[in-house]
Amino acid sequence: MIILVIYAFLAIGIIFQTSGVIALHQFPDVYTRLHGSTKCTTFGSIFIYLAVIVYGAWFAFSGQPEYAVLSIHTLIVMVLLLVTNPTGAHAIARAAYRSGVMPKGAVVDMLKEKYRVGKK
Amino acid sequence: MAVLAVAFVFSFLFYLVLTAGSGKVLFWSIEEIGFGLVFAAFTAVLAKKFFCSTGTKLGFRSLNPKRWVFFLIYAIGPLFFEMAKANIEVAYRMITKKIKPGIVKISPGMKSDFGTMMVANGITLTPGTLSVDVDEKGNIYVHWIFVESKNPKLEDVCSSFPKWIRRIAE
Repeated sequence: MIILVIYAFLAIGIIFQTSGVIALHQFPDVYTRLHGSTKCTTFGSIFIYLAVIVYGAWFAFSGQPEYAVLSIHTLIVMVLLLVTNPTGAHAIARAAYRSGVMPKGAVVDMLKEKYRVGKK
Repeated sequence: MAVLAVAFVFSFLFYLVLTAGSGKVLFWSIEEIGFGLVFAAFTAVLAKKFFCSTGTKLGFRSLNPKRWVFFLIYAIGPLFFEMAKANIEVAYRMITKKIKPGIVKISPGMKSDFGTMMVANGITLTPGTLSVDVDEKGNIYVHWIFVESKNPKLEDVCSSFPKWIRRIAE
C-alpha cells in the first residue's frame, strides 16, 4: 500500500519534470524558458522529495530508526529548494535583462523606462 | 549579546535536528551533543550580523511563534495550490504556444526587504509570472507570459500573497 503511494509521488514528480524539459524547447526566449524551468523543477522535485520522505518514515516506523535521518534531511532540502530556486531564476532574468536581452514579442515593457531614466 | 544567545540556541537546535537518531541519550549520542555545542558557538559568532538583524526591520519580532504558524499555513495552503496551478498553466502554454509576453510593474507596498523578497519568490512560483527586477521603493517588475491588462491590479499577478506575507514578515 505504502509502496503504491511512493510510486504515485515519483510518477507525478517525473511528469512535471518532463514538462519542464519540454518547455525549455518549446518557448522562444530566455524569460519564457525560465517560466518552464523554475516552476516545473520546483514542483516536480517536491513530489520526488515527498516520495523519499514517505520511504524514510516507513522504514523508521517499521523498526529501523536510523532511516528517520533520511526523512529529516530531505525535508530541510525541500525548504531550501523552495527558497533558492525562485531566487536563482530571478538572478538569471535580471542578469539577462541588464546585459541587453529583450523579451521577444513583448506587448509592454515597463522595465525599459527604469534603465532609460537611470542612464541620464 | 541577546542576538548571540538566540543565534546559539537556534544553531544548536538545527544541529540536533540534523543529527537525530545517532545514539541513546534521547535520540543523540554524547559526542554529537558535545560537538554540537562547539559548532553552535562558532556559528553563532559568524551569524551574529545576519541573525535577527535590523536590516529586515523585524529584529526579535521574527521569533514570534504566530509568524511561524502563519508561514506554515501559507506554505502548505495558498503557495502549494498556486504552484499546482502554475504547472498546469505552463503545460497548457507549452502545448498551445499561445503566449503574449510583457513586463509590467506592480507595487506590493512591503515595508521590509524581507517581505519584498518573499513576495518576489511567491510571484515566480505562481501561474504565468516571473519577477525580473526590483527597485529601491519595493516595486517589482514582473515578466508576464500572457498580459491581460497593461496596468494590472495586485491581485491579478500575486493573488492573496501580500496579505499573507504582511502577517509573516511585517
